[in-house]
Amino acid sequence: MGRRVAIVGIGQTLHKKRHIDRNHTELINEAARKALQDAEITIEDVDAVLNGNMDLFEGHNLMDAMTVEGSGAYMKPGLKMNTGGTTGGTMVASGWYHVASGKYDVVLIIGSEKLEESGGNTTSAIITCADPLTLRPYHTGAVGALAIVAASYMNQYRCGEEPGAIVRVKAAGNALKNPYSHLKLTLTVDDVLDSAILIWPLRLLHMCPQSSGACAIVLASEEKAKKMTKKPVWITDFVTSHMEAWRATFAPDPIPSMQSQTDSAIKLFKRNGITNPMKQVDMFEMYDPAAWAEIAWLEDFLICEKGEAWKLAEKGVTALDGAFPVNPSGGVQSTNPIGATAMIRVAEAALQIRGDAGGHQVTKNVNSALASSFGGANWTNLFLLKKNLD
Amino acid sequence: MSQETKPKAPLSIEGAIILPYRYAAGGVMSRFLIALRDSKKTLGIRCSRCNMVYVPPRETCLHCFGRMDEWVELEGSGTVESYTVVRYSLPVHPMAAPFAFALIKLDGADTSLTHLLGEIDLEKIKVGMKVEPVYSESRKASILDISYFRPAN
Repeated sequence: MGRRVAIVGIGQTLHKKRHIDRNHTELINEAARKALQDAEITIEDVDAVLNGNMDLFEGHNLMDAMTVEGSGAYMKPGLKMNTGGTTGGTMVASGWYHVASGKYDVVLIIGSEKLEESGGNTTSAIITCADPLTLRPYHTGAVGALAIVAASYMNQYRCGEEPGAIVRVKAAGNALKNPYSHLKLTLTVDDVLDSAILIWPLRLLHMCPQSSGACAIVLASEEKAKKMTKKPVWITDFVTSHMEAWRATFAPDPIPSMQSQTDSAIKLFKRNGITNPMKQVDMFEMYDPAAWAEIAWLEDFLICEKGEAWKLAEKGVTALDGAFPVNPSGGVQSTNPIGATAMIRVAEAALQIRGDAGGHQVTKNVNSALASSFGGANWTNLFLLKKNLD
Repeated sequence: MSQETKPKAPLSIEGAIILPYRYAAGGVMSRFLIALRDSKKTLGIRCSRCNMVYVPPRETCLHCFGRMDEWVELEGSGTVESYTVVRYSLPVHPMAAPFAFALIKLDGADTSLTHLLGEIDLEKIKVGMKVEPVYSESRKASILDISYFRPAN
């Protein structure tokens, strides 16, 4: 299983549509500095620096080389990673490997994106990973795939359009309390239901934004972590699952499920003795690229029974003060700087465990949390974080 | 495989993706470019810990990770540290060939600036030669507001 690894420092920039006052290197630097400051260390204490980013979104080939003075990676070992939407989760996993292996004690991981620099035309970049010879769809553009998720869910459970709007209103309310979130919208259910249709039944307000921002995390070995902080958050376990993109859709089930999400949940829960996740885990920061994804994917992740997830937000179960808060940060629905997005899920879950989330700290005591990554040609990372070592 | 289905030549498929990028210069480079445009001045930034002057300026010192905010104004003249002569033209080139790219260490700087040499016999460029900037008449807050460097008198 390797050495035990803790999150000991967390930093984020404000996420917004455009950071016209800061270039990519400076944006990365801000998140890195905040994470080092949070860990109460300097760059000299860092053994390796890893960068995550979707190269095509800024047109920076080898962005880790271009931004080296900002990341602090100069003359240090490290990698650059791009696994699509899961990039930030892949980085947490890779950072874990670096420390758990015993090779390095303290690793700085930085996810970043300046989506505005490709003129917001990121879908063009994403589509380049479809097969150009056959146009075989990899579900690399999000709107169509998520519209299928929403339509199929509504069709199967006859729940109407309202649940998606209720989830979106919840996310908006949480984002208003999160100082780093991008979209700060005061929304009603009617606002969501009146917003423009992208692909029915997915509406503009269901969908995540394109954001500019960065997130950084400092990971440390058990020995170092215990010396560095009174509030380490332990990466207890995680699973990475790659779904076969050849299937071309989210699978031919009645509800097109993300099988990689279910697969990762089965493995993670089995290894950690989790039979009732809503009772045994305190909350979930899910990679929710649209409001309907939060609903359908709670079921994919086996958090609740099939056909039950659409009722949870209305009952308040997933609210900040609910029994099982989901996306207290406002989620991806509110903030989406792609190379950082999945790392923000882990960072936000860790802040909740530390009790340091501030205005969007959940009411219940958080000893454990799930965090997920979604993206690419249907990949999943699922993390289990805990306050205490098992 | 039958004769009919055997391809005469391997095929390739044309891609159609064009991405126009637009980059934030950031606070530090904005100040540098505005000084060039408005006052024909070349600014560097100093790391007092490492005693290094960076041109073009950066926010963070490469060596000590310190934030830099000490601005220095340079004369603009410098020394050719290295060069290469380009003998073919491409649409992206800032000049018609033949022309020379050079690394120029400005007086008072510790880093080299990549730029162009002009008003010069390409066969007589020497490492170590002194050069001075020639500014563009229509400056647009671009590194090409310096049109090129020429031999200093």
